[in-house]
Amino acid sequence: MSTETNAPSPPETDWDKAHDSAEFKELRARLRRFVFPVSALFLLWYLLYVLLADYAHGFMSTKLVGNITVGLVFGLLQFVSTFVITGLYVRYANKKLDPIAEKIRTDIESETK
Amino acid sequence: MTLAAGVEGSSPVLNITIFGLFVVVTLFVVFRASRNTKTASDYYAAGRAFTGPQNGVAIAGDYLSAASFLGIAGAIAVYGYDGFLYSIGFLVAWLVALLLVAELLRNTGKFTMGDVLAFRMKQRPVRAAAATSTLAVSFFYLLAQMAGAGGLVALLLGIESKAGQAVIIVIVGIIMIAYVLIGGMKGTTWVQIIKAALLIVGALAMTLWVLGMYGFNLSALLQGAVDKAGKAGEALLGPGNQYGKTGTTKLDFLSLGIALVLGTAGLPHVLMRFYTVPTAKEARRSVVWAIGLIGVFYLFTLVLGYGAGALVGADKIKAAPGGVNSAAPLLALELGGPILLGLIAAIAFATILAVVAGLTITASASFAHDVYANVIKKGKASPASEVKVARITALVIGAVAILGGILANGQNIAFLVALAFAVAASANLPTILYSLFWKRFNTQGALWSIYGGLAVCIVLIVFSPAVSGKPVDAKTGKSASMIQGVDFHWFPLDNPGIVSIPVAFFLGWLGTVLSKEHNQKKYAEMEVRSLTGAGAEKAVAH
Repeated sequence: MSTETNAPSPPETDWDKAHDSAEFKELRARLRRFVFPVSALFLLWYLLYVLLADYAHGFMSTKLVGNITVGLVFGLLQFVSTFVITGLYVRYANKKLDPIAEKIRTDIESETK
Repeated sequence: MTLAAGVEGSSPVLNITIFGLFVVVTLFVVFRASRNTKTASDYYAAGRAFTGPQNGVAIAGDYLSAASFLGIAGAIAVYGYDGFLYSIGFLVAWLVALLLVAELLRNTGKFTMGDVLAFRMKQRPVRAAAATSTLAVSFFYLLAQMAGAGGLVALLLGIESKAGQAVIIVIVGIIMIAYVLIGGMKGTTWVQIIKAALLIVGALAMTLWVLGMYGFNLSALLQGAVDKAGKAGEALLGPGNQYGKTGTTKLDFLSLGIALVLGTAGLPHVLMRFYTVPTAKEARRSVVWAIGLIGVFYLFTLVLGYGAGALVGADKIKAAPGGVNSAAPLLALELGGPILLGLIAAIAFATILAVVAGLTITASASFAHDVYANVIKKGKASPASEVKVARITALVIGAVAILGGILANGQNIAFLVALAFAVAASANLPTILYSLFWKRFNTQGALWSIYGGLAVCIVLIVFSPAVSGKPVDAKTGKSASMIQGVDFHWFPLDNPGIVSIPVAFFLGWLGTVLSKEHNQKKYAEMEVRSLTGAGAEKAVAH
């Protein structure tokens, strides 16, 4: 057998205490403050795109430059928004979530040793 | 052109040689990777030792199935803009995985989706439900891939007889089982990484080639596609060619769009990949890599699709064996002759092989870990016996896939994949989200949502026009439905998502509020674990 580390969760870990700590509440608030609105935003943006492509054929087929239509630009903007949201989330998580999550984790895991 | 020769100008011997080379190289890698596969964590999760970028490439390899590669390029070549809509749904869906699921799932689970759901609920019923929906999704997805293998054979090797195609499906199945049994998750992951690299490099080369022929001017390429298509050409630039005909087809498309964007984060073989990295942060990095690669790949398919429309032409594509799916291979032949066709054909085979292997290991893990170890043995199974059961299950699933592939040969691949997405979005996603974010959620809610979502989804599919009752095509004398000659449909849409997904969310809520069960202590623990990674499964040190 290789040396698999089992999850350190002996009964003395006080999850309730960690859960009620101000630090954890801050972490949860920060996560939810970002992921909930952004999820709502990109889902609505996607839904708008699907509805336009589905029900506004004339508008989406309008040519802007050469053969580049509104629909094509809209579609490519979905790619752009996906890449941008990914980048923003990574930056937010690295700066605002990871340090605080790491601190709570270290506290919990050193307590149980 | 005689059908028996496959695609004109294709050399079956060359195609088989290049594909054989891929199999030899990957089997060698799988053998090497298997040397350290000993524990359950090795077998199911590759010892959690892959890095984020490696796993990201593997996710792309797992996700970009033959349906995305051949199907989307073909749909764009023939229907124009409407084919592009698929790729957007498939890509945007990854934000759901990135923001809401990947990291929290990595922190709370061990091997399967059932681990996360069972965390604060009654183990046995919830795990049984999670395994049921995992097996259902994997089964539809497997069928789609294996059916695709049959069609590809017709196209590339010139094997027209159903018996000959069945032999090839058996061979594909046996190679895939070998990958899974020998290499476990680690071997499978390496196969996916190799395949993803080949697929993306191959698509990039063809994209540059096509663009180069039009002076790197997208508008000129589009003009080429418009000119080639004759008087119907102008319509290729806007939406509506495939879905815009009636109110019902428009609603159908909306339903498909919803299932695509919500299905990805509920696909069990995608979820399981998050367990192959050591931390949640690496899970995040892997999704970022996956989004980058998948996004770029879909941009390539846009060029390849219109390129095939411009250089090969929709009529020739539709007349070729393999129909719409043959657009990308025909384009390769047009550009680089039989050698490029052979390469692209081998990549398409490799794609099917890698995706099928990923699905098989997921389904076998779910059965062995959730059903055998936790439901039947009540958590008292030894890890060694669990892995043994997983290997036997992989054999059984492989056999089912081979048999199903032979039976489903000729069915519409895109439809089967859309079905898998609809089932994943209905049966899995609501429960995963409730479980991670809703304090009050409990066992009854999970069971109602999984079984209810699954049942509604499958019932609507069975009674949809996709299964029976589509009008008979005057030219072919066949109906576009799965079953010919009977009509028992009453649900008007092919895609059930627009009904089944809200119903599953509603049932999850209703089941929860009607049950008094609530384990505050366990929820506190789960929330702390999921957000901080405290006590999460660590990587195996070899």
